[in-house]
Amino acid sequence: MSPGHKPRLAVFKFASCDGCQLSLLDCEDELLAIAGAVEIAYFAEASRRMLEGPYDVTLVEGSVTTDEEIEKIKEARRESRFLVSIGACAISGGIQALRNWTDVNEYIHTVYATPKYIDTLAKSHPISDYVPVDFELRGCPISKSQLLELVTSLLIGRKPRVPEYSVCMECKWRGTVCVMVAQGIPCLGPATQAGCNALCPAYNRGCYGCFGPVETPNPLSLGEHFVELGQSRAEVSRAFRSFNGYLPAFREASEQFEDS
Amino acid sequence: MTNSIPMPGKHIVIAKDALQTLFSTLQAANYTLVGPTVREEAIVYEEIGQMDDLPVGWTDEQGPGTYRLEEAGDGRYFNYVVGPHSWKKFLYPPKLTLFSAQQNGDGVEFTANKESPQYAFIGVRGCELAAIAIQDRIFLEGQVTDPHYKKRRERAFILAVNCTQPGETCFCVSMQTGPKVKNGFDLSLTELDESFLLEIGSELGGEMLADCDWRPAGSYELNQSRQLMLDAEMRMGRSLDTADLPEILLDNLDHPRWDEVAERCLSCMNCTLVCPTCFCSDVQDVSDLTGGKTERVRVWDSCFNPDFSHVHGGNLRPNIRARYRQWLTHKLASWEAQFGTLGCVGCGRCITWCPVGIDLTEEAAAIRGGQS
Repeated sequence: MSPGHKPRLAVFKFASCDGCQLSLLDCEDELLAIAGAVEIAYFAEASRRMLEGPYDVTLVEGSVTTDEEIEKIKEARRESRFLVSIGACAISGGIQALRNWTDVNEYIHTVYATPKYIDTLAKSHPISDYVPVDFELRGCPISKSQLLELVTSLLIGRKPRVPEYSVCMECKWRGTVCVMVAQGIPCLGPATQAGCNALCPAYNRGCYGCFGPVETPNPLSLGEHFVELGQSRAEVSRAFRSFNGYLPAFREASEQFEDS
Repeated sequence: MTNSIPMPGKHIVIAKDALQTLFSTLQAANYTLVGPTVREEAIVYEEIGQMDDLPVGWTDEQGPGTYRLEEAGDGRYFNYVVGPHSWKKFLYPPKLTLFSAQQNGDGVEFTANKESPQYAFIGVRGCELAAIAIQDRIFLEGQVTDPHYKKRRERAFILAVNCTQPGETCFCVSMQTGPKVKNGFDLSLTELDESFLLEIGSELGGEMLADCDWRPAGSYELNQSRQLMLDAEMRMGRSLDTADLPEILLDNLDHPRWDEVAERCLSCMNCTLVCPTCFCSDVQDVSDLTGGKTERVRVWDSCFNPDFSHVHGGNLRPNIRARYRQWLTHKLASWEAQFGTLGCVGCGRCITWCPVGIDLTEEAAAIRGGQS
């Protein structure tokens, strides 16, 4: 960060549930330190004070689903030195990208009484479809500690330390017994990037893939193993097609199991 | 029955419930007991308080990629196969703060980690003793000694167990590490029907029995123990032919089998993290928002982690094939040149805890069988 002034932080929201920006407000113990270290210039969820750009760091939550949002994200990019996508929606299109496999007009006519009022893109798009993104912080929602690590690293001027390894590492660090091996519970952990401290397996559930695929996953082998554990191929397809379903590795796997 | 101090090398017999007396003596000597106990549908190693915490009456059924806890109902204490944890989690913890640094005026103040836990390991198998001996070579006998490992290792009390329950993924006989423990213990135990047969491995081991009622072992107990060991040897679920194995593997780095295993391997790191000898770590600096306080933390790492082989200019092992080959050829080949033995003790954990059940004995045999 440039010396002389407090870095200006902006938080923008697109199509999303607000959960990721809430993670920033959830940093209760550290919130005052953050507010002391940066100037929160634009954060509609937290403050009525909305200052214009330029911003040093812009956090973007949500996916792009309308023409208006395409213009809005381009404008945000022009005003931002670092632009960081936060959360599954901003990075993959989110759970709402389920519609990417369907005809959105059919949905509009089923759901809305007056479909003509609805103006939407055919697909739910990640931010990176429209503007260059400096960093992507995975998760549904993002991890509070990773967000702090990101802000800290930007303030200090070093690379953020965010894992590339799978959830299995966090299970083993915690000493959690593998739910798939010991109980036959299908778990996306081996294909999913860590970041949640292996939350679900610690509560006797398989991983849902909230942090998206690891750098070099093997979803086909994992999916075939789910079949051996008793899942139908349609169930395997649905397992990959959730919060991060439209990221290429999970998308291709979900399509492969759907068609076979 | 007497309760004097038995000498090293002696074989004695105690009633099963007298094990509690040994536990109490260890606790009175400030040992933290860690041993097998049932949690999360498995037999794990954790801090235990008394004999009742042991997995009495429990056993397990293992295979490639599968582990099931089962009630045996036989009242036995050590009638299980090694589980998901190994003793390395105590000697070489998964996350360890090495030191912290705090900005203090113009200077920086460093605080070292001075933790020095004193563990008594309850129920260490022959394969596991061999694994500890391998990690000793890595952490204590190289050019640099790891002070954190050293403290923990030197203070540890080891109650070993002769393994009467090998599993479907075990091959300690091939690796010559079990089922009988050989050395490196304070006490070793064989569970008989009505009693425990103990071998005294060290003076400390004998001293910890000062409050126990014991009698010298008779030929009945010694014969029973010998028979149990012979039976266990015959029940190995797996075998590994180690003859010329390093040369065979290193001569076949382009074998098509590496491509085949890469189709199945998830690169999830489970094999390396459950392995009792794998020792790779990462060192991370964790700082607060202002950078005023930083902790340097050592965590378990793995050669299956893409970041592990990421260097300037790219990744040395950019795909799963490269990573699996690195792991297997290190474990079963280049480890020998590095440390004087193979890196595998035949415990079978990497086979059981591989989510898709990849079997290193099968992979090694396939490469041996189809040498190019």
